[in-house]
Amino acid sequence: MTAHGFMQIGLYLAALLGCVKPLGIYMARVYSGRGPLKRFVEPLERLLFRCGGIDREREMSWRQYAAALLMFSFVGFLAVYGLQRLQAVLPLNPEALPAVSPDSSFNTAVSFVTNTNWQGYAGETTMSYLTQMLGLTVQNFVSAAAGMAVLVALIRGFTRRHSPTIGNFWVDLVRGTLHILLPLSLVLAIVLVSQGVVQTFSRYREATLLEPSVNAAGKTVTTQGMAVGPAASQVAIKQLGTNGGGFFNVNSAHPFENPTPLSNFLEMLAILLIPAALCYTFGEMVGDRRQGWALLAAMSVIFLAMLAVSCYSEQRGNPALARLGVDQTASRQQSGGNMEGKEVRFGIVNSAIWSVATTAASNGSVNSMHDSYMPLGGLASMWLMQLGEVIFGGVGSGLYGMLVFAVVAVFIAGLMVGRTPEYLGKKIGAFEMKMAALAILLPCAMVLLGTASAVSAQSGREGIFNPGPHGFSEVLYAFSSTANNNGSAFAGLAANTPFYNGLLGLAMLVGRFLVMLPVLAIAGSLAAKKIVPQGPGTLPTHTPLFVVLLVAVVIVIGALSFFPALALGPIVEHFMLAAH
Amino acid sequence: MLKQLRAALVVLAALTVLTGVIYPGVVTAIAQLAFRHQANGSMIYVGGKAVGSDLIGQSFSKPEYFWGRLSATSPFPYNADASTGSNYGPLNPALKKAAESRIAELRQSGVRDARPPVDLVTASASGLDPHISVAAAKYQVTRVARARIMSEATVRRLVDQCAEGPQLGLFGEPRVNVLRLNLALNQLQAQTAK
Repeated sequence: MTAHGFMQIGLYLAALLGCVKPLGIYMARVYSGRGPLKRFVEPLERLLFRCGGIDREREMSWRQYAAALLMFSFVGFLAVYGLQRLQAVLPLNPEALPAVSPDSSFNTAVSFVTNTNWQGYAGETTMSYLTQMLGLTVQNFVSAAAGMAVLVALIRGFTRRHSPTIGNFWVDLVRGTLHILLPLSLVLAIVLVSQGVVQTFSRYREATLLEPSVNAAGKTVTTQGMAVGPAASQVAIKQLGTNGGGFFNVNSAHPFENPTPLSNFLEMLAILLIPAALCYTFGEMVGDRRQGWALLAAMSVIFLAMLAVSCYSEQRGNPALARLGVDQTASRQQSGGNMEGKEVRFGIVNSAIWSVATTAASNGSVNSMHDSYMPLGGLASMWLMQLGEVIFGGVGSGLYGMLVFAVVAVFIAGLMVGRTPEYLGKKIGAFEMKMAALAILLPCAMVLLGTASAVSAQSGREGIFNPGPHGFSEVLYAFSSTANNNGSAFAGLAANTPFYNGLLGLAMLVGRFLVMLPVLAIAGSLAAKKIVPQGPGTLPTHTPLFVVLLVAVVIVIGALSFFPALALGPIVEHFMLAAH
Repeated sequence: MLKQLRAALVVLAALTVLTGVIYPGVVTAIAQLAFRHQANGSMIYVGGKAVGSDLIGQSFSKPEYFWGRLSATSPFPYNADASTGSNYGPLNPALKKAAESRIAELRQSGVRDARPPVDLVTASASGLDPHISVAAAKYQVTRVARARIMSEATVRRLVDQCAEGPQLGLFGEPRVNVLRLNLALNQLQAQTAK
């Protein structure tokens, strides 16, 4: 790797850390009802709540909060499903795209409602502009805001004492959308357009080729069609809301979705921006900023380790190509390395940062094809998802996942010294531990059982594209991605079949709601408890020691659950490559 | 239950209008007013005719043009109506085969001894990559110069002119826009012919 490469990594981390505090404070103010945009947004909120018969002041128990969330998600699912099925007869469909098949519509609707944004379809050949805007863009906003709402409810669980309620879902949802996601997206979308991301309602463009080309049927092709659309507005929120569903098939590798190194830097920054800043918001809201920094530190440790693995493995290049005499050395004239499935303007470093950021966060957008990564580079991405999407993770969902791990960590520490575990002054009891275990183990089980069923079934094996252990990795990656609501893919897998659309849809539902419900249950149970004062025997949870403990718990659970499966895929492939 | 349903419907409808209609509408309006060229695909016009986009690559295979990345789109390379990568895993025999046949083509028509730069023998992520590395452009100078009966120094100078460094001196990798370079070549030759 060149000095320029290291500089780009440094720049990225510096920009990210620089945003944590200001955005973190801003979000804490928003969720405490003191957002700086209140003056403009409040009249709108009042009107909305009056029409919906919602009393802003009335708080909900965790069960009511969960019911509201489920109801909202279900209505959203129906809307996205309906739009896809009816798009042929609806307006804003200049390319006259037909209705989407029932199984694909189901999969996509689940995918966007659960903030996964797994894409079984190719955007430019499947979705009308209307579906992209009213269906997909809207869910990009609200599924992200719903994740943040659940996080805020959990934080209230820690800060309140003897409280039967954890907040009002509708208020949290609307605030997250209007105060945080919408303003940030608006700014980012316009900057992206200035770089060349398309934003138009007109038909696909056409140009005359300089040199005519020949198609698969042997016919001469003299023109080049170019899919366009209202992309920038959707790209901005898909990056900020850890959604990741691309406007075009190849997502942010497409030059119209990510045209320049600067657009790439901003889109990459947007992936981790909110998840990282929410750590600060958490510290601010629980009244001890060190708690937030400790969680951010734990996330960063694992992130940096995986980034190093990915950069090293991709920059080293492919020995199979080296043997053909191909020049893969990094220099001032080329980025070198494993360039299959990568774009020249991004090179190795910016592709590797993105692949690690997008899988650490449950974003799932890509600017390079993960299927073509070297075995260790692919492993880094896959494993980050298998850790439960808690290394930054989804907006809201990443941090509440990490808090569940923190609860487990204090429990383990409590076992070691023989004291009742407590976190932030709340005693962790049997109920919290049961819920934490469910939230961690259900997605793990879904990944492993889903992969096992797919490779056992004929219709599952038919979708595999690459031969050998890499084919197994494709399936394992798909279930790791969907059951943890990431959405990126080893895209060789032909997953737009009724089999995969159904099973992966189920995985996404498990990964979303069977984690959210236990988390809300924990929130409710904690809120009802008293806050015990810190004593000399209390384990401090803001120290480097706790960071190490937390990282160890996350890694041990992730490693123990998935090592056997990884050994059959990327690990064996790595050794095959070495022996090649 | 009915109360929750009403709330859900109203909130979804209101947020759909705000984030699904007004937000993309406002972005489109600003984009079309302030960044018309970029918002509509950064098209390149020569003599009033659209000959491509600054951002989308085209397929080149004649010796007198610089060649771009391999493209996995179907039914023809650089089909910008349906972007896709090859998705070949690192050990897939098809990956090796594609690289071998590209190397054979390059050797047949150009320099024999130099090692081909990796971006010239691999497929891009989008299948539409408009760029090659500066190394990959330099690698093809001899062939292009010979096919056009131009001096290598002239062609090399043109490559240097078209080469882009990191954006703002900070971001991205050294690269050359293949379509822009080929258009510049055509223009240069047309001028000298006059």
